[in-house]
Amino acid sequence: MTATQSIQSESPRKGRTPATRIGGGARALLLLLSSLLLLLVLLPLIAIATRALPILPDALAAQDARAAMQLTLITSGIALAIIVLLGTPAAWLIARRQVRGWRVIDALLDLPVVLPPSVAGIGLLMAFGRRGLIGSILLPFGIELAFTTAAVVIAQVFVAAPLYIRAAVIGLRRIDDDMESVAMVEGASQWQVFRHVTLPLSATAMLTGSMLAWARALGEFGATILFAGNLVGRTQTMALAIYMNFQSDPEAALALALILVLISFAVLVLVRLLARIES
Amino acid sequence: MAFSLLLAACAAPPPARQPAAREIIIFAAASLRDAFNEIGGRFEQTTSSARVRFNFAGSQQLAEQIKQGAPADVFASANARQMNNVISSGRVTSGTQQIFVQNRLVVVVAQNASSVQSLADLAQPGAKIVLAERAVPAGQYALEFLQKASNTAEFGRTFSQTVLANVVSYEEDVRAVFSKVALGEADAGIVYTSDVVAGKDNAVRTIAIPDDLNTLAAYPIAALNDSENAALAKQFIDFVLDKEGQAILARYGFIPVKP
Repeated sequence: MTATQSIQSESPRKGRTPATRIGGGARALLLLLSSLLLLLVLLPLIAIATRALPILPDALAAQDARAAMQLTLITSGIALAIIVLLGTPAAWLIARRQVRGWRVIDALLDLPVVLPPSVAGIGLLMAFGRRGLIGSILLPFGIELAFTTAAVVIAQVFVAAPLYIRAAVIGLRRIDDDMESVAMVEGASQWQVFRHVTLPLSATAMLTGSMLAWARALGEFGATILFAGNLVGRTQTMALAIYMNFQSDPEAALALALILVLISFAVLVLVRLLARIES
Repeated sequence: MAFSLLLAACAAPPPARQPAAREIIIFAAASLRDAFNEIGGRFEQTTSSARVRFNFAGSQQLAEQIKQGAPADVFASANARQMNNVISSGRVTSGTQQIFVQNRLVVVVAQNASSVQSLADLAQPGAKIVLAERAVPAGQYALEFLQKASNTAEFGRTFSQTVLANVVSYEEDVRAVFSKVALGEADAGIVYTSDVVAGKDNAVRTIAIPDDLNTLAAYPIAALNDSENAALAKQFIDFVLDKEGQAILARYGFIPVKP
């Protein structure tokens, strides 16, 4: 959310000089206060890095750790594909206010972001579990979702989709309506307008959103452990492996934690770079 | 200025515990949740100005938290291994731990899982089994049961292997195993007899595990030697071991050590 908001507020202001000038003392105070917060955020990450770096090679050679990494990358990749495929049309409808009650849908879509993961997990079980709303309909066809890799993907889509849709909506709304109308008048079909005008103009926003969604999917924990369970190679993602290992093999947990920190950080840096390129 | 104030606030010692209401923090195995909640209530009623706070989780998780320095006065573990884990950290003195209750394993089966009727059915292809994680005492005991069964002619050598292939999830504590079965998401799981009593609902059927294959899980309890309320901690342990505490535990399906 923060990154999408910053795209919104950053770009028009880019290159401007600060509106207000503050004195040196006040500035030093602000710096001091903010560095305290920065320290709080950074220290745990630094602590993980210093403890985990020496044991990293050994810990990563472990089969369970590799299985967790592989599973996390595959499931979050599939989740991202689903999110972009289904989320882009949703974002377009919301951005163009094409559906009745779009405001309500808009608000509802943010819900998974603010819900505690445990609520998400129970909700998914109640919907897709064997006795769930949908799950009980699927059961006679031999389709069971709980405790499967598909459940991992569903949990990731549930928590991460709003991040993508939100970013895409903002990107789409910033496109000048006139631009699309002109293209339409010139005889372009709706699909051509979308493909050659709308999409290129909002591509960066969509890319940013998909990176954020991917990062969120990578770290998904609570909904997964409730809905998909914990089985090495099938449903034990990195976040779950970290939690479970912490109780029996803290070193393995640390090493995986470091990997997850590094990947997530790389994704967030990428998001910033994209936002900068656009403006 | 503001910075130094902030520092001062950070450096200030934590407010001293109110002497009026003495408080102890009990770290207890997840399987003890209901029984200990009641024991805690009774203890507060019978002991003046005592407050009891609980932290329930898998014993392995509690042991890890204690080793990391979590404030606690009493540790009640579901097995010796996690108690020893804490003893090795120095926060519990070896020899001060006492077995206060015992528990047995039982197989719980979801009401809608008609395919599982006997212990042997756990090995049926397609049965969805949940166990507690290996580090969780209940998970460790379950593996022991499967191993013992595999050594008998009745179940056969591949029994353990076949059942483990049916496991769809290793849960973080024994209560999570029970919930997944009670919800009908898994066909069967291995929990303690006390979990079934605690569950109270008719969502599960049980299949008994015979004595020769079962493990009598012994729960050790001990006061932490850095407890700020050592006297009260000892009083709580005495209460658990005394007639009333044992009776409450028995009512929740545990096997009292002092009948």
